[in-house]
Amino acid sequence: MITAERKPFDEIVALVGDRKKVLVAGCDTCVAICLTGGEKEAEVLASELKIKAEMDGRDVAIEHTAAIRQCEWEYLDMIAAKVEEADVVLSMACGIGIQSMAEKFAPKVVIPAVNTNMLGMPQEHAVWLERCGACGDCVIGETAGICPVVRCSKSLMNGPCGGSHDGFCEVTTPEKENIDCAWHMIWDRLKEQGREELMIKVRPPKKWNMSNSGGPRKMVREEAKPV
Amino acid sequence: MAATDAVATAEAEAEAPKKAVDPDFEPEVITFACHYCAYAAADLAGSMRLQYPTNIRMIKLPCTGKLEVIHIMKAIQAGADGVYAAGCLEGECHYLKGNLWARKRINHVKTLLEELGIEPERVEMYNMSSAMGAKFAEVATGFVNRIKELGPNPVKREGVDVHAAARAAVGDVAMPDDAAPATVKEGTAE
Repeated sequence: MITAERKPFDEIVALVGDRKKVLVAGCDTCVAICLTGGEKEAEVLASELKIKAEMDGRDVAIEHTAAIRQCEWEYLDMIAAKVEEADVVLSMACGIGIQSMAEKFAPKVVIPAVNTNMLGMPQEHAVWLERCGACGDCVIGETAGICPVVRCSKSLMNGPCGGSHDGFCEVTTPEKENIDCAWHMIWDRLKEQGREELMIKVRPPKKWNMSNSGGPRKMVREEAKPV
Repeated sequence: MAATDAVATAEAEAEAPKKAVDPDFEPEVITFACHYCAYAAADLAGSMRLQYPTNIRMIKLPCTGKLEVIHIMKAIQAGADGVYAAGCLEGECHYLKGNLWARKRINHVKTLLEELGIEPERVEMYNMSSAMGAKFAEVATGFVNRIKELGPNPVKREGVDVHAAARAAVGDVAMPDDAAPATVKEGTAE
């Protein structure tokens, strides 16, 4: 699912500026599941902003709400009344939700309260790991269900490289935690599956034109479009 | 914030004289007390005739694990000068890990207060058993003294019933107060 992390408070305060009516809008789908931007978190941020306004002696009306999904027009209708009353909407949804709000309620100022960071898998409660780069040309059918695009630090299609040691990548996370070598894992699982020959297959350059480097992508399902 | 700003702030703080304790300041402190331990410990402290400050206002919870970040924030927002939760000893929670969850949430609130420039020491988590009447009194006294040194909550407003606001924010999660007068209808008592 899509994960996001709340922006630093000072940055949020600077983005809100001196506007008088603020609506903190959570989204009860992905960002609620990753405990960043659901209704609960929207209420906590609204509480922080109210305390801040009080401390600064400013008279600001701060409300909070949440849409079931900010990325769908129908759900935005449900919070439209509150949005219309506000000078600024502080959206806690992912980038898609924030842009949907900004488009639906244009020219209303909609600003992000979170940084959308990845398509992650909940590894354990409250821990998410990146699992997909939405590259548009999935290769995991040949890599034992392990994505080399996001799980290999170099996105190698023909790994591993010389930086793989004892199952770990030579690169560590910013927190200095070890990263599993994706190609080491791919080899282990291919062996388990009896498909070792896929390891020595030379893969040609990947079709990156289907990724996000060629402008915004668009998907249409003609058979499902309303008649 | 630029590193130079941080240095300047630190220097300003070092130069500023230590805030004098106002002898007339009576803090309003909200205590979230677990039904199984701290609430009973408060009872015991009373039975033992132990003295502790009258500044604390208790809200009884079935477990400190029911306490959420927003509950503590709302108490601060209402003007509480300090908020602490008192749960069972670690490893002794009636619901296994409620008190451990509470500690994590309180630590999270500390980070939120820091973001706001409010002293994180205004919120705390304590552990005690129902047999620790003396510990209850000691914690209450120590915490109230700490808040007296910190001074009033910067968002304190006149005329706000902090206890009522904090109690309302917790809603159904809180348990009825034992000290509340019982409403027994005539002829229905057994």
